Amino acid sequence: MYQYDQIDRNFVDERVAQFRDQIARRLSGELTEEEFRPLRLTNGLYLQLHAYMLRIAIPYGTLNSRQLETLAEIARKYDRGYGHFTTRQNLQLNWIRLDQAGDALADLADADMHALQTSGNCIRNVTADHWAGVAPDEVADPRVYAELIRQWSSLHPEFSYLPRKFKIAVTGSPADRAATRVHDIGLVLKRDDAGQIGFEVIVGGGLGRTPMIGKTIRDFLPEAQLLPYLEAILRVYNLAGRRDNMYKARIKILVHEIGTEEMSRRVEAEFAKNIDSVLANVQDEVARIASYFTKLPYGPSDPNPESYALRRKSDPAFRRWVISNTFPHKIAGYCIAEISLKPTGGIPGDATSAQMIAVAALARQYSHDELRVTHTQNLVLPHVKMSDLPAIYDVLAAQKLDAPNVNKVGDIIACPGLDYCALANARSIPVAQRISERFADVDRAHDLGEVKIKISGCINACGHHHVGHIGLLGVDKNGEEFYQITLGGSEAADATIGTLLGPAISSDQIVDTVEKILTAYADLRQGNERFLDTYRRLGAKPFKERAYAAA
Amino acid sequence: MLQPDRIYAAKSDETLTNLILKGGVEIPDRFTRITGDEPIMEGPVIVDLGRLDAAIGANHPLGVALANTDDVSVLAPYLARLDVVVLHFPKFTDGRAYSQARILRQQFGYRGEIRATGQVLPDQLAFMHRCGFDAFVLAKGDPVTAWDRAMTTFSRHYQPASDTSVPAFIRRRENAK
Repeated sequence: MYQYDQIDRNFVDERVAQFRDQIARRLSGELTEEEFRPLRLTNGLYLQLHAYMLRIAIPYGTLNSRQLETLAEIARKYDRGYGHFTTRQNLQLNWIRLDQAGDALADLADADMHALQTSGNCIRNVTADHWAGVAPDEVADPRVYAELIRQWSSLHPEFSYLPRKFKIAVTGSPADRAATRVHDIGLVLKRDDAGQIGFEVIVGGGLGRTPMIGKTIRDFLPEAQLLPYLEAILRVYNLAGRRDNMYKARIKILVHEIGTEEMSRRVEAEFAKNIDSVLANVQDEVARIASYFTKLPYGPSDPNPESYALRRKSDPAFRRWVISNTFPHKIAGYCIAEISLKPTGGIPGDATSAQMIAVAALARQYSHDELRVTHTQNLVLPHVKMSDLPAIYDVLAAQKLDAPNVNKVGDIIACPGLDYCALANARSIPVAQRISERFADVDRAHDLGEVKIKISGCINACGHHHVGHIGLLGVDKNGEEFYQITLGGSEAADATIGTLLGPAISSDQIVDTVEKILTAYADLRQGNERFLDTYRRLGAKPFKERAYAAA
Repeated sequence: MLQPDRIYAAKSDETLTNLILKGGVEIPDRFTRITGDEPIMEGPVIVDLGRLDAAIGANHPLGVALANTDDVSVLAPYLARLDVVVLHFPKFTDGRAYSQARILRQQFGYRGEIRATGQVLPDQLAFMHRCGFDAFVLAKGDPVTAWDRAMTTFSRHYQPASDTSVPAFIRRRENAK
């Protein structure tokens, strides 16, 4: 994975010194809260319902064992001994003190990390496929370009006061595990007929109050032109994006209002003026970054070693975990092992410091010292020998990290909701906990197959409910928590905004209703259909009838 | 609350010299800002975009003030004649003028002064400088202190912009040779 050089190290150290000075000027009153706000936001410090939250960047979801240990230590030292992995592959600490924020950032910088641009109206921490570099279907490694974008966007002088936040995602696989079609810019790596690397450029996707699927404005952008093209998009947006209404300020609204064709025309016109800029001359830098992501020294590995085969035969719990939580690796004899942070009744995405340290040790011993964070709020050991799976599983089980539910009904995305967030109308976490408890029976959950439930506590949609197979949106009805249900959403290559099923359901009833919907699916499915497939085949009607039927 | 623009606040009093931050020091502003229907006087003046044609013929230093919603490309035919382009930040969080400045420098090769007015805060100076601004009317704080801080906080930047710093990837390439 990428290693900081002295330039990178100086940069994060200087950034910490700058923020310490800004905090001191805020505490002395020299800076007003209004003036300080964007400064702290671009350093990841966000004011929540009860306290400051520190959102730490995990660029494109990749980190090494030492970095995860550092996160665990920071969570212990400055917070309450746990952290929350987010849908943007970041880590949030919910109880940070302003006067200690500088120290926390300094500890991060010591491990070559930062909290830069994880909040505020700037280019946010870039995200990528969590299987980058190991997925069998990969065209090219998205981390190389994500790192290029990370550096280019860090304290970009022109794009630090945009109309609104700006999120870029990169995927190297047609399967799109980075949800590129619901980002401000989505980049899909591909090769042209000559075998040259380039990108499909998708603009104007997003969730929030006005969910939209992004539009392709360039089918194939040659690799070398990536940064000038991104600058063109950002410049068009910075000048023309709406600033009169924060709910209409995202680039998706601009694209919607002027149309995809006009957006494409403006971007191409701007790009044509800058095509020869220094930024088009990054081949050496791409090669330098790529040299950190070359193939690892994978040793020979037996695809079906005896230790693994025996355990799989004799231990049903292990077998179920392997079936749901491990995935094919591009190298025979290896697999990708996903660690679910969704134990039955747990808080989606939460991990204690002790758990983080245990996982870091597993990565060091069994996964080439490398980990990933998924946008579904789980962790990944990306390079695991099949023969090591029993030992890994035993450690995970001891840490209560062995939930065999990846992509199953219990693998729920939930925003922090009213438990933490000042914007929320309703709680998200307790609903996720209750749903996972209802479907705690592993055989039943596995029988229901792939079901992606996503829960947001308000219309801002941090829980991505619009693209959940089953999406729940918390609303406030006369002071009581109700939940709207949308069905049929997807964030994958077939990105779809879910459709509202009917009237909102009370907190008391919502788990029963989800169960009715899934029972309807179990009754109606044909062959190997997933819930989403059955919904797409039959439409909302049978689900609506069952969901709203009198008990 | 933030103070109003110094240059605007002082313009009615001709005995008071306005100061601008330029080249790291505060210097007297030799330009007079002409607003509304005020007559265009002799000597260095800065006019609104709408009066540029009326002012362009005079034989004295000339500047123009744009709103951040103006398309800077309309200045193309005038740039060789212009000594100052004033770009405005109505709120410090409104970043349109950063792009306006970069277009002037990068696409039109404009070499004259680009002056930042409005809610120009000390912590924005570094970004403004890198986008091509070289004169500032600060809304708050000591300008020289702010400038020193803005110029010394970071030893290197990642991306090329409209300043003279060598971006990280170019430096790395040179180091590798």
